[in-house]
Amino acid sequence: MLVAWCPDWSVVAAGKALDEPVLVLHANRVVALSPAARGEGAVVGLRRREAQARCPDAEVLAHEPARDARAFEPVVAALDALCPRVEVVHPGTCALATRGPSRYHGGDQPLAERVGEVLGDALGGRADVLVGVADSAFAAGCAARRAGPGTPVVVDPGTSAAFLAPWPVGVLDELEGLGGSPVGTVDRLTDVLVRLGLRTLGDVAGLAAADVLARFGPDGDLVHRLARGLDARPLATRAPAPDLAVTTELDPPVERVDTAAFVAVSLADELHRRLGERGLACTRVAIAVETEHGEQLERCWRHEGTLGPAAVAERVRWQLDGWLTAPAGRAAGPAGGRPTAGLSRLTLTPLEVVPARGRQLGFWGGEALLDERAARALARVAGLLGTEAVTVPEWRGGRGPAEQLALVPAGAVELTAARPAACAGWVAEPWPGRLPAPSPAVVHPDPPAVDLVDADGAPVGVTGRGAITAPPARVAVGDVAPRPVVAWAGPWAADERWWDPAAQRRRARVQVVDASGAAHLLALEGGRWWLEATYD
Amino acid sequence: MGGMADVHALGDRARPVTLAGERTLPVLPPLEALVPGGGGLRRGSVVVVAGQGATSMAMAVLAGASRAGSWTVAVGVPTLGLAAAAELGLDLERLVLVAPPPANQWSTVVAALVDAFELVLTRPTTRVRPGDARRLEARVRERGGVLCHLPGPGSGLARDRAWPSAPDLCLTVTTTEWRGVEPGPVGAGRLRSRRVVVEVTGRREASRPRTAELWLPSPDGTVTLARPARATSTAAPPVEQAG
Repeated sequence: MLVAWCPDWSVVAAGKALDEPVLVLHANRVVALSPAARGEGAVVGLRRREAQARCPDAEVLAHEPARDARAFEPVVAALDALCPRVEVVHPGTCALATRGPSRYHGGDQPLAERVGEVLGDALGGRADVLVGVADSAFAAGCAARRAGPGTPVVVDPGTSAAFLAPWPVGVLDELEGLGGSPVGTVDRLTDVLVRLGLRTLGDVAGLAAADVLARFGPDGDLVHRLARGLDARPLATRAPAPDLAVTTELDPPVERVDTAAFVAVSLADELHRRLGERGLACTRVAIAVETEHGEQLERCWRHEGTLGPAAVAERVRWQLDGWLTAPAGRAAGPAGGRPTAGLSRLTLTPLEVVPARGRQLGFWGGEALLDERAARALARVAGLLGTEAVTVPEWRGGRGPAEQLALVPAGAVELTAARPAACAGWVAEPWPGRLPAPSPAVVHPDPPAVDLVDADGAPVGVTGRGAITAPPARVAVGDVAPRPVVAWAGPWAADERWWDPAAQRRRARVQVVDASGAAHLLALEGGRWWLEATYD
Repeated sequence: MGGMADVHALGDRARPVTLAGERTLPVLPPLEALVPGGGGLRRGSVVVVAGQGATSMAMAVLAGASRAGSWTVAVGVPTLGLAAAAELGLDLERLVLVAPPPANQWSTVVAALVDAFELVLTRPTTRVRPGDARRLEARVRERGGVLCHLPGPGSGLARDRAWPSAPDLCLTVTTTEWRGVEPGPVGAGRLRSRRVVVEVTGRREASRPRTAELWLPSPDGTVTLARPARATSTAAPPVEQAG
């Protein structure tokens, strides 16, 4: 196998130069960063606060897998000229089987160099391309990590185990997509292995396979196979039955990514159902489209942690996004390029299937999972109202009522898995000056202006030292006639982000209870009172 | 017809016994005395919550079932205070929010969600058409969830007009009183607790109006009963029977 790897792809995909400090964050943790940021001490997995403390001038980007995939598509398309069946492992990494292409190009070394050149041209110097060749995808991934730009590392056939032996077991976590296991399980296992004193892959490979299987189960077996330089599972020699492929005609033809992605969700469900009926799971899937003008585009995606319906649908969306936003001018064909007409047919073909090991849901806590019916209902509503209309809450740090939680599009999170970011206690850091409980039950996303006046009818203000100029006597919310204030508390001054002129907010909040018994949270900002929230 | 009778007899023998408790969704313990029918929300019912403090009340009503594992979807309530929802006991891990649908799609969207979610919280932007309401009621009954309806903001809909037909359960907050803010010119203290009077009306077991006083929330942040539910009629029956 040959693996080509573009390090720090998320940063490159966002159009940033690698010598600027850039942090890519997801759920408040760093998931990718530029070498410049790494040089300043930031690492993957760090919390936002700490990462920004280490490199304060870094630009912070949100993690967007779709953007990464879209940018990667032209790169992979360039490789199509060299050999067919290039597989995308995840944006930034692709793999291809070397046997045929090597023979054509005169060996693994020339092929690897050629791949490096082609990808380097496609990238135009925006990023490095590291190429590794070895017996298994995992070993090739390790080899790519050892390679330098322009100097691919080729591990001779049969010596992959020896090549891998000195690597620390931690590399199993880093190369999860190439390894092939559900996210998280290998993570725990490598921890255990290190604690048992098995620090290198050579140590793991030295154990007897039967013992590893008996002690650690299928995950242990998988790690053992990877450590020995084998593929994650024995080669499947039989092609899956062609009737497993699912296809749908799009009438009228689709030109927008979101419309096509909506179809893809139901198609992925259908594929999953067909495979499920036969007790199979899919590890490689080909996504093919046909346009009104008869152009055909196809791309394989590989993910060995078996692709669930959501994962397949996500990859279809990325792929369509890549095709439909590809630079115009190149003719569409099997080698990619932008289609010239709407998509009229979408096909998903499983290229490699494995017996489904099944997923045992937790006996307790399993109820946190969204059932299939609810997921379908949400997909339907997202189809009617747009994907941004369906959101789920996640805790974020903050002081004001609207800042403590953020709404995340439901399509962007895995609702069928546990979501720690939605659980209380996710934000562990204290937020001094946070609005105390009870929190208001109605928070106005767009606060309306209100009038707060004192007994003489003059507007109430707050001095620079945080004192109120006069006790509020009447409050007018919206068009309703002013109501007498029966009780009030405050003001509490909040001067946030004073170090950043663009994001600075200086506010003073008061709680008022009016004569009807309604309690409001008002904020004074920019010389006006705003109805921030209501204690309804 | 003899054949049919046999089938019914067989059905009676084969049908699993459904306990009343299984036909209800749990509510927080302090609210058990408020809702009729075995101390839980009857599955397949439409609940209307109105009055000042309705949002908190509705979240408290749904909190018990949410905590017990039901998924909640809030449609057209973009102003929902999520921190307050978590404080009142809604499980945010099982909460989905849907933006307000356009008026002509409101019933389609709500029907799709009622099909799949046990707890649906809605706030329509316009009046609900009687035909839509009837269809939704039937859907809710068939699916065994609970549709909790908050009258639209500023729509001025009276409680009996909020849902075109009589809802199964109607909770109206008639009086609210905030504690913790001290009256006077200095603005001392902060909002800490709220005492509310809730009037419960409805159909079937709930048809006798009752009132209860609740802390929503109490000074320690929980929902507690301030004074047990009692029938609103003058001849008050013993409290135990009322619950």
